[in-house]
Amino acid sequence: MKARIIVTLKTGVLDPQGKAIESALKSFGIDSVDGVRQGKVFDLEVNATDRAGAEATLKAACEKLLANTVVENYAIELG
Amino acid sequence: MRAAIVTFPGSNRDGDVARALRLAGAEVEHVWHADTALPGGTDLAVLPGGFSYGDYLRCGAIAGRAPAMDAVRAHAARGGLVLGICNGFQILCESGLLPGVLMRNVNRRFICHRQTLRVERADTRFTSAYEAGQVIDVCVAHGEGNYFADPETLARIEGEGRVAFRYCDATGALTVDANRNGSINAIAGIYSEQRNVLGLMPHPENFVEGLVGGTDGRGLFQSLAA
Repeated sequence: MKARIIVTLKTGVLDPQGKAIESALKSFGIDSVDGVRQGKVFDLEVNATDRAGAEATLKAACEKLLANTVVENYAIELG
Repeated sequence: MRAAIVTFPGSNRDGDVARALRLAGAEVEHVWHADTALPGGTDLAVLPGGFSYGDYLRCGAIAGRAPAMDAVRAHAARGGLVLGICNGFQILCESGLLPGVLMRNVNRRFICHRQTLRVERADTRFTSAYEAGQVIDVCVAHGEGNYFADPETLARIEGEGRVAFRYCDATGALTVDANRNGSINAIAGIYSEQRNVLGLMPHPENFVEGLVGGTDGRGLFQSLAA
């Protein structure tokens, strides 16, 4: 089963990289872009017989390693 | 004092902290990240600076879950001393031994310079050779040292007197300029609840000999070895 995990910074957490990207975009003339926030995408293959089992595995992966829940949120997309 | 220094792939300050500990009179042993136990009789576990696992995923994230960290967690739970410097502080936060997280520096730069710190309290196993309020001159070298914790966690850390060091100017004043990485409340290092675990971004081990520019870092290792 293919899955995608998207990790993003929580609202209110400062993102210096996002800010730098935003100003770089503006310097290229792409100035209608505001509030850039950088995140991470993980594409995974899960060995599971049912969706519930796959979701439980992916949730554990996020909580244990892929996201730092102090400052990050995660979203799981199952193919 | 028997110290065990844990080396992860990408640790690079393990030799320096070993030297600083030996100068203070401690016995030092080395532990590999894949080891599942600390040497018998270990008083202090040390997580040195560096770039464990190439800083992949997040700084300290993979190291924080390495087998040796289970042994470090058990050591801390028994009341054993744990010191994490720079990447070691990031590992302590990622492993759950200390609260909060170290984010990208607010100025987006890797900062590498001398740094004055204010010692917040001198009644701990790590700082007894200093005086409370003393300003010490050490070094910083990091890209992700911007300490952050949610408001409730921060209030708890402050309320329990768990801030070990703050970035300050030469007079001890907490100025914006002195806090170059943007850490919340100018926090440079924090203790665990029982004050047996200390994590700090600056490098006291850099300044233990006059030949290389200063000796203000000695106090930390002398406190531990006392």
